[in-house]
Amino acid sequence: MKQKPVYTFLILMVIGVFLVFAGAPKISDYEIVEVENTVEVTSDDSYNKMMDVLTHQRCMNCHPSDHIPKQGDTSHPHHFGMARGEDDHGFEATSCNTCHQSENNLNSGVPGAPHWALAPASMAWEGLTREQIAERLLDKSTNGNRSHQELIEHMTEDDLVLWAWEPGVDADGKPRTIPPVSKEDFKKAVENWFADGAIIPSK
Amino acid sequence: MEISLTVNGILKTVDIADENTPLLWVVRDTLDLKGTKFGCGKAACGACTLLVDDEAVRSCSYPVKFAEGKKVTTIEGLGDRENPHPVQQAWIEEIVPQCGYCQPGFMMATAALLNKVPKPTDEDIDKNIINVCRCGTYYRMRKAIHKAAELQAEKVINESKEV
Ligand code: FES
Ligand code: FES
Repeated sequence: MKQKPVYTFLILMVIGVFLVFAGAPKISDYEIVEVENTVEVTSDDSYNKMMDVLTHQRCMNCHPSDHIPKQGDTSHPHHFGMARGEDDHGFEATSCNTCHQSENNLNSGVPGAPHWALAPASMAWEGLTREQIAERLLDKSTNGNRSHQELIEHMTEDDLVLWAWEPGVDADGKPRTIPPVSKEDFKKAVENWFADGAIIPSK
Repeated sequence: MEISLTVNGILKTVDIADENTPLLWVVRDTLDLKGTKFGCGKAACGACTLLVDDEAVRSCSYPVKFAEGKKVTTIEGLGDRENPHPVQQAWIEEIVPQCGYCQPGFMMATAALLNKVPKPTDEDIDKNIINVCRCGTYYRMRKAIHKAAELQAEKVINESKEV
């Protein structure tokens, strides 16, 4: 007499398991939706792409906070005691242009571009956070009184800025590294970031 | 291609296959002015310093195409035995050279410095005269640079009296 509830329970379990599997939807029951394989560029993406470039050594080495230009991927102080000088071009007789001309020198490995010089002291970026760099970039008292439009032109057209993607070879004849974002993507990122209001994300 | 430049006051036209040939090699090999020296070829030592439009330039790293229409001065054009430049006179008086190899570059860099800073301080010298001398004649050079500044100042005074 005691075995009757046990049989009843087992029968109910078997029926239950059968119903679970029989009622489960098959793969073919789902509708397959194609997801577009593009990522929409948001203002944040543009900002970070732009900052990936601005914080790369090719840019940062000439935006020092201690008035001493840096060199190489290790950003070591410029050899020979070179420094900013009075006008961002080094010293009176030994200036940037004693060695750096308006284009890269592939024989000596000395880099060059038009108006080769340090960025002004007000645009020192070394050691700053991305947000602080962006603030300096937008602040007319530090950016050379540039409007947003003038900043876009400077960042996307200036030969010395764009040198970062054509940095030539070093003294050992090895190509210098370039920023992690392509020149075209950088230009787009700059334009999009300003078009979206030049919002600094953390603010 | 043909490049015209004025070297030590004389207009020269050189026919160069590669316009990126360093000015140093044109000066030494084509124009046969051997005073300017090759040290490193990397714009690091200053042995090849000469003046382009009165500015110090490291000619090992200066493509000759950039010298088109410009005025180039080498150590041979700075002065001569009869009429030495104050820098040359000071170098003789202070007996600066040891092996001598680096000296033309230093003298040209000093001439450029005196054009900009007629009475350089030790700090001015430290900042601007950054060539390399393997013989370590820096101490005598510093004395000679100060001497050259004095000689140049005297020369300016004498010339103004003559006028
Ligand atoms: S040979 Fe030109 S700087 Fe050394
Ligand atoms: S005198 Fe010998 S390298 Fe300077």
